Amino acid sequence: MRAAWLICLKDLRARLRDRSAVLIGVVVPLGLAFIFNSIFSGISGASVINLGVVNADHGAVSQQFTSHVLPAVGRSGVIAIHPEATVTQARALAAKGKLAAVIVIPAGFSARVQAGQPASMQVIGNVDAPISAEVARSITESFAADLNRIRLSVATVAAGTTPLSPAQIQALAARAAAAAVPVAVNDVSAQTKELDQKSFFAAGMAVFFLFFTVQFGVTSLLEERNDGTLARLLAAPISRASILGGKLLTSFLLGVISMTVLAVATTLLFGASWGNPLGVAVLVVAAILAATGIMALIATLAKNAEQAANWQSVVAVILGLVGGTFFPVSQAPGVLSRLTFVAPQAWFLRGLGDLRGGSISAVWIPALAMLIFAVVTGGLAMTRLKRLAEM
Amino acid sequence: MIAGLLERDAGEVLVAGEPMTTRSVRAKNAIGYVPQDLAIYPDLTGRENLMFFARLYSMPTPAAKRRTDEVLALTGLADRAGDQTEQYSGGMKRRLNIGIGLLHQPKLLILDEPTVGVDPQSRNAILESVEGLSGAGMAVLYTTHYMEEAERLCDRIGIIDHGKLIAEGTRADLVGMVGEGDQVRLSAIGDLEKAAGALAARSWVRQAKALDGSIDLVVENASSELPAILTDVAAVGVIVRSVEVAEPDLEAVFLHLTGRALRD
Repeated sequence: MRAAWLICLKDLRARLRDRSAVLIGVVVPLGLAFIFNSIFSGISGASVINLGVVNADHGAVSQQFTSHVLPAVGRSGVIAIHPEATVTQARALAAKGKLAAVIVIPAGFSARVQAGQPASMQVIGNVDAPISAEVARSITESFAADLNRIRLSVATVAAGTTPLSPAQIQALAARAAAAAVPVAVNDVSAQTKELDQKSFFAAGMAVFFLFFTVQFGVTSLLEERNDGTLARLLAAPISRASILGGKLLTSFLLGVISMTVLAVATTLLFGASWGNPLGVAVLVVAAILAATGIMALIATLAKNAEQAANWQSVVAVILGLVGGTFFPVSQAPGVLSRLTFVAPQAWFLRGLGDLRGGSISAVWIPALAMLIFAVVTGGLAMTRLKRLAEM
Repeated sequence: MIAGLLERDAGEVLVAGEPMTTRSVRAKNAIGYVPQDLAIYPDLTGRENLMFFARLYSMPTPAAKRRTDEVLALTGLADRAGDQTEQYSGGMKRRLNIGIGLLHQPKLLILDEPTVGVDPQSRNAILESVEGLSGAGMAVLYTTHYMEEAERLCDRIGIIDHGKLIAEGTRADLVGMVGEGDQVRLSAIGDLEKAAGALAARSWVRQAKALDGSIDLVVENASSELPAILTDVAAVGVIVRSVEVAEPDLEAVFLHLTGRALRD
């Protein structure tokens, strides 16, 4: 074990000194995560929906909509509310593309609602922004459904008693508005089991480049063989297992250093949220073992270090793409979504998502899946690595 | 096999009384191995290379530091100890390569063609170092294709051809195995056939051949028999213009044993 540590420390020193490991393991993934995050943040920033509102009513009900409902929607940051004086003016802005849609509350709207008469709101959409018009319609329909619920509640009470006074109707309406909605759909999974954009790119780039970083350890055995230093190690009074162990330990530690630095840096610099540190640590260790096993197996199939590096890069890129490190492949239709789990990267990202949406126990299945990759590929690699550590 | 890199296919290798296999630890501790290729790490400094191998041979840190300083001084690399070895010249790398083999003061130093591709000054420095180590009592197993190096350095010489040891002994033993005498060539004018015939009658002349403008002889001892040779040819009226004497060397031995010139 002592000899393995010495070999590992020697390799780490050489790798850190030639800067290749630092570039591949930290600088490039950090830079790409920053670039992707900036690009996609820019796109989402440009997609803020500018919604115009024309309130020709100014009654109690329309005030409720413009003073409470719309500001609450506006605070989400996705929609910007622009009050407009007249329908003509708002329509002109929509035609110019400055407004994606316009909600019009006609005069007498509140009075008709309060009198129990049919009332309607209008949504004027921009033909170039159908999704935005749909969003405006959805907001309006949601408000209308709420009004209908209150009206139904009041009508139900009124039907069984003597005619109600306006004050009684108003009190009943207030009580109905304050009552809890009897049935609601709470989409927890969609909201919480998904990494936010910053965390996705941080974790995606980290695990993508992990497969390049761990190459340095196992491939250096081929380099030592090529450079003649392997003969010197074999002539030294140490076991061959300690030579192999030193190389695998180098891969593992490079992976740990790379992932730790990236997790901390992306958290501090980008505000990425990786989740519970213990759960993240379990996933990171499992991912490093899987990456080391796969890359070691590929190295044993190559004739020399250069060929090994080429093959490893091809496999790392393919697994990275299939594993959804650049974009979420799991939501793709058909075979592709099932294919994604042949890549440890997919399990790693799924594990982080599950960790975010649940307790630490959520990481066991993804971690176990990655460990199976590690055991199968690492076991095959070890039988072949023994042959590499011979003259 | 001797260094424990390969499994032996037959026989047994004992180093300092310990059997050598690929898994031997004690036997390997007794050996300093210097491969033919430069087996040093280019990203590490000279000192770091030496320290790494010193620790690999289980030397405690203080002893490793002391020996590293000694080897740096011995190899003349002390002033460049802090430089990465990729910045070293070929000769410096070669010296460091040998220095690593000396770190743990082995009982047996195996040098595999250490002067291949080395400039004359460095080559001479390496040969002097080996002579010094040998003189200090270290056993040195030196492999080379250069016969003059073997003649200069070695007490005993083995000749390996196609992976088989075909001869082994002192230089005198090997030359004796060939059975050849000294070669003498007389450049002369006159009746060379007659002169060759007269010389062939001598008991110490093994071979006498008249050629165009010269007589080639193989004699037992050229230095003691040369006066008699000159007297005999003068007696038949042959005038000698020049004399060349060549003693048999290892190259001649190799040629005799293998029938081929030296090759890589």
